[in-house]
Amino acid sequence: MEQFIHDLIGNDLLATIVWCVLPLVFILGYAIVAILAEMKSASWFQDRLGPMRTGPWGIFQPFADVLKLLMKEDIVPARADKILFNLAPVIVFVGAYAAFAVLPFASEYVGADLNLGLFYLIAVSSFGVLGIIMGGWASNNKYSLLGAMRSAAQIVSYEVPSATALLIVAMMVGSLNLQDIITAQSGGFWNWFILGGPKSDVVLASGAVIHADIGNFVFLPLLLATFVIYYLSALAETNRTPFDIPEGESELVGGYHTEYSGMKFGMFFMAEYANMFLVSAVAAVVFFGGWQSPWGITLGEALDIPVLTLLEGVFWTAAKGFFFVFVMMWLRWTLPRLRVDQLMYMCWKVLIPASFALALVVGFIVVIR
Amino acid sequence: MELTDIIFYIFALVTIGSAMIVVFSRNLVYSAFSLMFTFLGVAGLYVLLLADFLAVTQLMIYVGGILVLMIFGVMLTHRVVNVEISSGAMRVIPATIVVGVFLGTLLLVLTRTKWMVMEGSPDVIGTTSMIGTALVTDYLLPFEVSGVVLLVAIVAAAFMARKR
Repeated sequence: MEQFIHDLIGNDLLATIVWCVLPLVFILGYAIVAILAEMKSASWFQDRLGPMRTGPWGIFQPFADVLKLLMKEDIVPARADKILFNLAPVIVFVGAYAAFAVLPFASEYVGADLNLGLFYLIAVSSFGVLGIIMGGWASNNKYSLLGAMRSAAQIVSYEVPSATALLIVAMMVGSLNLQDIITAQSGGFWNWFILGGPKSDVVLASGAVIHADIGNFVFLPLLLATFVIYYLSALAETNRTPFDIPEGESELVGGYHTEYSGMKFGMFFMAEYANMFLVSAVAAVVFFGGWQSPWGITLGEALDIPVLTLLEGVFWTAAKGFFFVFVMMWLRWTLPRLRVDQLMYMCWKVLIPASFALALVVGFIVVIR
Repeated sequence: MELTDIIFYIFALVTIGSAMIVVFSRNLVYSAFSLMFTFLGVAGLYVLLLADFLAVTQLMIYVGGILVLMIFGVMLTHRVVNVEISSGAMRVIPATIVVGVFLGTLLLVLTRTKWMVMEGSPDVIGTTSMIGTALVTDYLLPFEVSGVVLLVAIVAAAFMARKR
């Protein structure tokens, strides 16, 4: 894929830039779709029609919203800290975008095939919180500051169970490389980690062999619980309802982005959507086979057309990612917001002990088998 | 100059420049936030040294953990702008001597040491498994001891924060 772009453009520097910007194009397109999906699903869950006026069935509403954000006056509060106020949305989005560097969209399309992919992903996801704190403090507004502090406490806490849940799968694969984790799940949906992982021996790209047999079904309940822990923590890390206390409208006006308007608010918004897709795609990669099709074979391989294989990979990644993004929207209009103390109770007294216990049990079984 | 050299100088510039802001800024929050760029620059330098695990660990622990807590603390302080941080008691002559001796020693080490320079890059792909193996075999005792030390620190912190 990278080679293909190099051949197409000819210039090395230009090709590298195009290669780096590709996920951004994806995020922009996805955000447009997701904004409409959010509005429409919100309306349907509440038995409303949603936007209907802009274009047929309201499908141009996200474009109108983006245009509105671009045209709006850019207001910086007089007592705000100008430098940090302007820097914060950038940092938040950079944090979200940096993680896309290691996300494998298809077997041949991954920005950087790092051996540490999963670890890198966990590490850079903590960048966003710095931007959120920065924006909250620089706004010089008590609601912003409260929102930022809640967000910091929340993200720092929920990083622990989400990282532990991901490490449980890394322990079974014996690699932190995301492509290795996907390769371990090849051969159909019954080999996905949500259903206990591979049921026959798998050879990784590095030559290492994962020994597995049908007995791997013992992992099914354990990994199901692991997935639930990961998904709940991911929800909390992206500040989505029922964990949206950093921006809870009824208590904090708009939380950390109260003072932001125009495209700077748009950046926060984009970062949230990018993060939603990111954690969903990671759930898909780690537990649901990533770019693998559910029945193990692809049309492109059967007909020997590499381009089709690539497109199919991107399709499955996007489809699985979108599904979990939809579940997030679904939960948003189903569950009420938690209180701060309930949030901390949930993390420190439920999810963290459970994830540690699961790590111990899974590790023990992996070692004795 | 190769591309790697250019990247090295960019990271070095980022590290040193932001470290200067950390030291000289009169705004505590600016200091705290520019520390983030210092950590990032150092992580970049680790990557150039092929220490990939160390680089990501640097991000994970310093940016994701320590820095967030530090900024948390700074934000809760009453005044953050124009705070006189340096202490009033200054002894110019002893300070000059100490700094001079330190600088001299560093320069001496820098010039006298025979630095090992490798031709090309070593064929090591990823240091994770090597570090992992070393931690649970040759360095098991130090690893466990540091774990116990951290546990004691956590218990002590929880004890001090407890309501009486």
